[in-house]
Amino acid sequence: MSDKKIIIAGLAIFFVLITFPFWINMGKAANAPELILAPTAQAAMDSGEGCVLPLDEMRANHMQILDLWRHSVVRNAERIYVGADGKEYNMSLSNTCLDCHSNKADFCDRCHNYASVTPYCWDCHIDNPKGE
Amino acid sequence: MESSRRRFLKLAGISAVGLGTAPALNAFAASGGHDAAQPYVKKGARALRAKQWAMVIDTRRFHSAKDLEPMIEACNKSHNIPTKITNTDHEIKWIWEAEFHHAFPTKASKFLSEEIEHKSFLVLCNHCENPSCVRACPTKATFKRESDGIVLMDFHRCIGCRFCMAACPFGARSFNFRDPRDFIPEDDKNLEFPTRMKGVVEKCNFCAERLAVGKEPACVEASDGAIIFGDLYDPHSHVREVLKENYTIRRKQQLGTEPSVYYIV
Amino acid sequence: MLELAFKGGKTYWGWIVALLAIIGAAFGVYLWQLKFGLGITGLSRDVSWGFYIANFTYLVGVAAGGVMVVLPYYLHDYKAYGKVTILGEFLAIASIVMCLSFVIVDLGQPTRIFNTLLYPSPNSILFFDIVVLQGYLFLNIIIGWNVLEAERNNDHYQFWVKPLIYLSIPWAISIHTVTAFLYCGLPGRGFWMTAILAPRFLSSAFAAGPSLLILLCLFIRHFTKFDPGREQIQSLAKTVAYAICINVFFFLCEVFVAFYSNIPEHMDHIKYLFVGLHGHSLMVPWMWTSMILMVVGIILVVNPVTRKNENILVIACIVIIFGTWIDKALGMIAGGFVPNPLHQVNEYWPTGPEAMISLGVYAVGALVLTVLYKIAVSVKEEIRG
Repeated sequence: MSDKKIIIAGLAIFFVLITFPFWINMGKAANAPELILAPTAQAAMDSGEGCVLPLDEMRANHMQILDLWRHSVVRNAERIYVGADGKEYNMSLSNTCLDCHSNKADFCDRCHNYASVTPYCWDCHIDNPKGE
Repeated sequence: MESSRRRFLKLAGISAVGLGTAPALNAFAASGGHDAAQPYVKKGARALRAKQWAMVIDTRRFHSAKDLEPMIEACNKSHNIPTKITNTDHEIKWIWEAEFHHAFPTKASKFLSEEIEHKSFLVLCNHCENPSCVRACPTKATFKRESDGIVLMDFHRCIGCRFCMAACPFGARSFNFRDPRDFIPEDDKNLEFPTRMKGVVEKCNFCAERLAVGKEPACVEASDGAIIFGDLYDPHSHVREVLKENYTIRRKQQLGTEPSVYYIV
Repeated sequence: MLELAFKGGKTYWGWIVALLAIIGAAFGVYLWQLKFGLGITGLSRDVSWGFYIANFTYLVGVAAGGVMVVLPYYLHDYKAYGKVTILGEFLAIASIVMCLSFVIVDLGQPTRIFNTLLYPSPNSILFFDIVVLQGYLFLNIIIGWNVLEAERNNDHYQFWVKPLIYLSIPWAISIHTVTAFLYCGLPGRGFWMTAILAPRFLSSAFAAGPSLLILLCLFIRHFTKFDPGREQIQSLAKTVAYAICINVFFFLCEVFVAFYSNIPEHMDHIKYLFVGLHGHSLMVPWMWTSMILMVVGIILVVNPVTRKNENILVIACIVIIFGTWIDKALGMIAGGFVPNPLHQVNEYWPTGPEAMISLGVYAVGALVLTVLYKIAVSVKEEIRG
């Protein structure tokens, strides 16, 4: 097999290229971001009222919840979410979520940047419409 | 309400495992019982309901293009329409004005009354009962909402193929040829309503967001009673009362799409 | 067999590099389109489809045209075409690749293209178009590759390929029928709303596809040791002759129906194309050029003296390719959208960036075709050598 060397060299190059993202970033892991809660969100937290779902569920699954909300609002015309405690929320990213979490840069963006995800929610939805 | 609860649970099933509440959700779905501890979704208490929303435009009340401006402006402002786009090729229009022979090209007689010939008419999406745009959409991004017959756009899902624009016989659809945000007048924004992004199609939504909180569409509110809005299939609705008493026409009725916007001429 | 594509002379590699350069440049323009939006094209609110979808439509035809060699060979056992079926199949593959690329560059949100699979909508003709186009692509890849490999190994192709070949024949008809249905089922577009749109598309396809195939055959004979054969080329030319005549006949049927019935919604589009409407006449010189080219094409391919002269046949094929391209690509889209549903005239003309991206897609097709033809011709040379 006269091609043996070429094949091995080729495989080596392939391996180096495919693992490129790992070794180029080795040892450069950023520190986990520290999220800052806006005053309204902090108040809800302190009073024990919390978010629409328990903290750890929100942390892990807020994107699925937003997906369900948008489906319900846009396609089924059902806009009110009734939480487990019976509290009602208007299912709106801008007018409900971002009204309480009025600090997108310190809340949403920090974690999204850390996780290197760029959701395009804000291409359309207006950040914190009612202002501080 | 029961059915909406079930629908939400069905949806939630997609991510139920991730939510860590799958067993509880499944148990609930199986029992069908009333468990206050589970979240659910519903319509707002003040939401207006109908089988098929419809509109009657009393064009006798409008005499010039100027008379139509309040309605068009109310809509533009309410929905963040990028009115600063100067290139007419890229215009976004939800409700606009057209002369009779453009609004009703198949009805324009050779000798029209002078008043009609030079008058402006409001045109918008007809929220057809058999919408050809919905038939054409390859992703169901535009759909006819079962609960109230509104032909709506799901901007999250639209792939921008523009098949619906070819399919619409009323030219009611606009495409975002570029990012619309730079073209929305700063002081005429509705911050509580989203904008759109480049690459998606948009059109009149019969103010679904206002109906949900008990308000009539923005153009109806601004019309001072010249536009009547209501349920086409409620024999006692205001719309039906007006239709009973007046001769009305619809745009391109012969195409069988069954427009829900009627005109008293 | 793929290794055959890597053995070539300077001209071959020069051509490949040139194509890659065009593709690279066009991709740059496409990135600009992604960033800016489709506003860099000449499209508008009224003419919402343009050059991309026009070329897509035309190339679906070229792809379907491949069946004009497959059908006589496999259904009528016309042995002569045994030499050229692979060329027809590989041309179909390259065309479908271009079609799919044109659809993608036309999308406003191309990253969401898989929504068509996530939310399949059988009510949309576009859904069926995606299904039939991809199906035709895979059929031709499987059939072409298997038959060619068997030929190289001096063997008969596997038994299960035969049913696929039979399936590919009606499938070729289906791709262009479904593409016509995209247009002709839309209420309020008088120009497209004609039951003979699919037959028109097919007739123009069976003229344009085989014309291109003739040119490719002559090119191969000139530059390689493989000769597709004079008889084959003449037979293809006869197919072109019938198809182009039928195409013009169908068009005249449309003109008769529109103008004898005297219904404005049907007449106005044709008027816009051929004499202009409300002072707008951008398409007029193009449409008359198209008609003249197709008539010249008919004269050259129907007359046996000119058809049998291969030098004149080359001209006839070029004339027919351009004539049908103007008719089906430019005219079909512009004529359908102008005047708009409110009966206003807003004309369309592609912009430079739009043309550049289209050129890039054609270069992708040329690259796929070059590689596939290189393989096919090398195999044929091997066997005969």
